[in-house]
Amino acid sequence: MPEEKHEPKPAVGNEFNRRDFFVKLGLGSLSIAAAGTAVFAYQFLSPNVLYEPSPIVNAGKPESYPLDSVTLDVNSGIYVIHAKEGFFSVGAVCTHLGCLTAWKPELGIIACPCHGSKFQRDGTKIEGPAPKPLPWFRTWVSDEGDLMVDRSAPIRALQFVRV
Amino acid sequence: MAKTATEYFDNLRESRIWRSIFRSGSGSSTLHRSLAIQQNIFLHLFSTKVRRRMLNLSATWYLGTLTFGTFLILVVTGILLMLYYHPSVPQAYADTKDLQFVVSSGLFLRNLHRWSAHAMVFLVFAHMFKVFYRGAYRPPREFNWVIGVILLLVTLLLSYTGYLLPWDQLAFWAITVGSNIASAVPLLGNKIHFMLLGGNLVNANALLRFYVLHCMILPLAAMFLIGIHFWRIRKDGGLYAHQSEPATVRAKAMAKQAQ
Repeated sequence: MPEEKHEPKPAVGNEFNRRDFFVKLGLGSLSIAAAGTAVFAYQFLSPNVLYEPSPIVNAGKPESYPLDSVTLDVNSGIYVIHAKEGFFSVGAVCTHLGCLTAWKPELGIIACPCHGSKFQRDGTKIEGPAPKPLPWFRTWVSDEGDLMVDRSAPIRALQFVRV
Repeated sequence: MAKTATEYFDNLRESRIWRSIFRSGSGSSTLHRSLAIQQNIFLHLFSTKVRRRMLNLSATWYLGTLTFGTFLILVVTGILLMLYYHPSVPQAYADTKDLQFVVSSGLFLRNLHRWSAHAMVFLVFAHMFKVFYRGAYRPPREFNWVIGVILLLVTLLLSYTGYLLPWDQLAFWAITVGSNIASAVPLLGNKIHFMLLGGNLVNANALLRFYVLHCMILPLAAMFLIGIHFWRIRKDGGLYAHQSEPATVRAKAMAKQAQ
């Protein structure tokens, strides 16, 4: 109601009146609350526990992989390869857009069914659209004698495991 | 002299972007104020003019607004809880525990949801008592009272269906007992029990049905009815004010004539 409005005293210099003080106080508290809400929302939306499969895969006994064989593990998305230099493991997930690639024994290459990328069995790229070679994963033999692969640990290529 | 917050807001209201969203610009004439209400999809449900004394605490105790406030809190916290909850038998209880002990702020949100639910049921009853004892349920507002009674039922059903979702012993037996009460309905009782649970036992189907009711059907029904409920306040002549009710005015005039 305009007729009931009490005009606040004009501010002089750096002074401000009571109404301005409370407006600033109110807006300040709202900004702090909004910032806090944003932090809480971010923390809430990032899960603290994931129910995803472990990145470490037990690939079984090395003896089960014949020499010169390429074996795809569909569930974990890795190839276990027994070359004459030793064992190694490369990722089976295409570096283009994440499709699962397949080993073509008749051609001796790894091929992606989605967009036609092709790789050697050591992961090097033959042709695109994949931008990068398939990664090598850290591979070792456990105390029980099983071949282990850590999918979360890419390593430099050509580091073979001898059994 | 530094600009005041009001001046900043007036400048914002004159800007092109603001004017493209809200057509009424700054200004405090009666026309400006009416347009600001009428041209806003949410505000146009309400009256453009309200009697000043109807905004006092004593008129309504703000019980209806507070109820709506708890409903908004429940919608927001409920949607956030849905992000971590799977309505399936193996996962429901574990997800509830995760919300309490693992998810950041999960305990806070779950408690806020629960306490707001209790507060909403309390406030709905308080609102109805206030309306009843003021006589605000009488014509021409009788249909809005009926909508209010349906909203009470929706509120209670929301409470009841939400009760099952933690999938603990309390939930299981409460819904077992509650659904058996439904089977006391003459003739149709057993059919209602079967349809409500999606089977003969409180099991996976019942959990999913209660989840869908709790998170989709009942909230949508509540929003729909709340929209009508608010709109009817304007259509039925605004909030109830005894002195200016047509019946009171008529009775006063008659009494004056009789003198």
